[in-house]
Amino acid sequence: MAKPPASLRQLTSQFGPHLNYTPAGGWREESTHPYHLVKTHCCFCGQQCGIQLKVEEENQRVIGFEPWEEFPFNRGMLCPKGVKRYLQSEHPDRLLDPLMRAEQGFRRATWEEALDLTATRLRDLQEKYGKDAVAVYGGASLTTEKTYLVGKFARVALGTRHVDYNGRLCMVSAGHAYKPAFGVDRSLIPWEDIPKAQVLLIVGANIGDCAPITTDYVWRCRDNGGKLIVVDPRLTPIARNADLFLPVRPGTDLALLMAMLHVVLRDGLENRDFIAEHTTGFEAVAESVKAWDPRRAAEMTGVPPENIEKAAHWFAKAERAIALHARGIEHHSKGVENCTAVINLCLATGQIGREGTGCSMITGQGNGQGGREQGQKCDQLPGQRQIDDPEARRHVASVWGIGEDEIPGKGLTAEEIMEAIHRGEIKGLLSMCFNPIVSLPDANFTREALEKLEFFGVIDFFLSETAQFADVVLAGSLHEEEEGLSCSAEGRVIHIQKAVNPPGNARADCSILCDLARRLGKEKYFPFTSMREILDEMREASRGGVADYYGITYEKVDRQLGVFWPCPTPDHPGTPRLIEGGKSFHPDGKCRFRVTEWRPSGDPLDENFPILLTTGRVVSQYLSGAQTRRIGELTDQYPNPRVEIHPRLADQHGIRDGDWVTVTTRRSSVTLQAMVVKTIRPDTIFIPYHWPFDRSVNRLTHRTLDPQSKIPEFKVSACRIQKAERPPEWWLEREAESNGSKPVEGRKRA
Amino acid sequence: MFGYEFYVDPSRCIGCQSCMKACEECETHRGKSMINFDFIDRRETIGTAAYVCWHCDDPTCAEVCPADAIKKGEDGVVHSSLKPRCIACWNCVLACPFGIPKEVPEYEQMMKCDMCYDRTSTGKRPMCATVCPSQALAYVRPEEIASRREKPSNTFYFGEQRVTTKVFMMVPPEQNSVSIDVMDYIWEGEDEPVSPTERGSPLAG
Repeated sequence: MAKPPASLRQLTSQFGPHLNYTPAGGWREESTHPYHLVKTHCCFCGQQCGIQLKVEEENQRVIGFEPWEEFPFNRGMLCPKGVKRYLQSEHPDRLLDPLMRAEQGFRRATWEEALDLTATRLRDLQEKYGKDAVAVYGGASLTTEKTYLVGKFARVALGTRHVDYNGRLCMVSAGHAYKPAFGVDRSLIPWEDIPKAQVLLIVGANIGDCAPITTDYVWRCRDNGGKLIVVDPRLTPIARNADLFLPVRPGTDLALLMAMLHVVLRDGLENRDFIAEHTTGFEAVAESVKAWDPRRAAEMTGVPPENIEKAAHWFAKAERAIALHARGIEHHSKGVENCTAVINLCLATGQIGREGTGCSMITGQGNGQGGREQGQKCDQLPGQRQIDDPEARRHVASVWGIGEDEIPGKGLTAEEIMEAIHRGEIKGLLSMCFNPIVSLPDANFTREALEKLEFFGVIDFFLSETAQFADVVLAGSLHEEEEGLSCSAEGRVIHIQKAVNPPGNARADCSILCDLARRLGKEKYFPFTSMREILDEMREASRGGVADYYGITYEKVDRQLGVFWPCPTPDHPGTPRLIEGGKSFHPDGKCRFRVTEWRPSGDPLDENFPILLTTGRVVSQYLSGAQTRRIGELTDQYPNPRVEIHPRLADQHGIRDGDWVTVTTRRSSVTLQAMVVKTIRPDTIFIPYHWPFDRSVNRLTHRTLDPQSKIPEFKVSACRIQKAERPPEWWLEREAESNGSKPVEGRKRA
Repeated sequence: MFGYEFYVDPSRCIGCQSCMKACEECETHRGKSMINFDFIDRRETIGTAAYVCWHCDDPTCAEVCPADAIKKGEDGVVHSSLKPRCIACWNCVLACPFGIPKEVPEYEQMMKCDMCYDRTSTGKRPMCATVCPSQALAYVRPEEIASRREKPSNTFYFGEQRVTTKVFMMVPPEQNSVSIDVMDYIWEGEDEPVSPTERGSPLAG
């Protein structure tokens, strides 16, 4: 049993989240404290903006930042997370030693005992229940080398097939659409193409909040005369300037997209030459959208039929059009279909393979792109190779120096691993860079599962809400404490520089994994003494694959300010635009249309649950908030999740702005404050997801997965709302603690 | 910085507040943001606006200061009050037509945006305009701003008061000035005083 070893209140007071407002040593005159600047990148989100960290010479610690204007992607621009990212360094909550579960709470441990216990327990569980009784979770905020090591560690050191990562909650639906269509899972465009489009179709992407720097590219497109079409159930900051805003009902994007293709074909706007020369499967798709006239789609989506027609006409008639999409269409039980429908639209209109055309998932997680390329996905080996491809297995086995049969087969995905834990099939878990109690759907279920683990080891730099359930917490390293590669949303491989050493007895993540491998008797496969050695092996492992990194070195990335993969040879400049000239990565060079089929959401509305609940993010928080809920200014900007409700819906329930509202789904209830705004559909409410436990919207969401990508359907749940009689317990407790002043967590040293 | 100008375009603002966070990092007012930021009316719109000081050619704040504490430099930058002179009387806070100066109680002093004097005087762009993800705040050359949809204007009418500024507001292309007074759009009969702007729409001045 792995219930947290102390109360939430005790653990929070010891390990945070506490709010850090000022740099190490407080606000000071920098001139009296000499510093140097380290050119690196922001760790919060897939834009991977260039930033310079200020490192104090005297104490070698990060004390601030300076924009990095030469880096071409963001040219100095940063969102509030980037500006304040440096405050995670030297944070009072930072784990400085390994921790082990004690009678009451956690106690500090030595590395010897913590690593010994972890290796022993994992090995014992595997001996008793079989290799696959242990699973490994990785994360998409890790550098690409680390994700490579996570995959190799699971498959070689532990020999389990169950390794997956939190990118499963990000853009996997896009990956499962792009890979079959184009043979590659990456944005087809470099971002510099965006301002060159005449029409931008942005579907399910709240760019202003979730990919802030991309806003400038969108506005520059408009400056050039480009038209902006935004499809979103909320009037987001970019929708405000849309030339055409389609406020789609959550869960019906597919109807809208199929109707757009219907209009294109009905009106003869397809690009016949492109279809004939560069694609397969057109006829079946054409047949499949015949039934989707705009009138039928309008009834499902709540978008006027003439605006569906207009969107289709603009997109098809433009000389150059780009479609951008993100979690808004991917977090669905038909997420792959949604993305496929975007691809079909681009293929049918020939808006692909030229400057200023194409489509892209706007990858959200820090290294969301690199994290899905080099082998921590349960179905992939390094280089985006499929794990069931015999040729791929041969190549990777030879690089690793093991037998082909020794590489386990395809394992379970992230949510499926949690379900297997709940069923008692998986008994042990090692997790790095993942906070599933916040980020997986149906959080009460996740909690039950975590409590069933016989052994739970965590590698992390803070005691995340999930780590509270651990038996051992191995104090790992922050982004700025280890060198490595990362890959941004546009497919640009960049170089994360080490700025400082891990503090106290915290250690570099890679050395932790290598030490565990040694204790598991697999030392000879993990002989690494530097990140460069891991990169060199990864380059070999990726060589000849789709995500070919063979020609990428740290020096080359520094020289070119990023290298777009594939980059197969040292003298290759990289590949900013994919599918150039319509040529895909498939052996026949063709792009593939694929038929999409309508099906309803996994959590249907009925008379008890008549309102749609959709979830998302706010600009000041990153993912599960494990880092950003510890930064004072970012937390103050949006301290607690609020329920966005349209005045019409609010009036029906007697709810006013600021009232407490209980939101109930088939899983659970949560009570939060209402934010009455006209910027959301009146049949839908929105709650952002970055908070744990009593404030977690993921207690309300459901575990329906897309059958192909296994992404959970975060964007559509059925709910009801009711004005609450009184504020919830979590609010009252905080109010009591803060003696009536504004309830925030205080700044304390752990 | 020579050849660069400051432009404000609320139509580009996404409300991320990066400007405020970055402003606080300045060595001269650490932990305090000098940006004026508003949610215009969150119930009705997602619209937000972030402003810096407009750095008026004839700054009202300086004109009303009884202690002569507010100085304008030769480059047109209007500075925060001089600490030894400022008496924290609030005259400037109340008089500024844009509502920019703020009295900071801890310092008993008026502070405001000085367009990152420490940065611009050493060849760096102001912090807010450097980081702004939507470039709603931009510090660029005039030829760069000329490629935008909106056009720069630095003439404002507050009723009868005409104010020209160093910082530019981006306005619809056919507009040359911004009028803030509703009176400018009202018809009160044949013999009303001549209004400084053409009547009609605020967007057609």
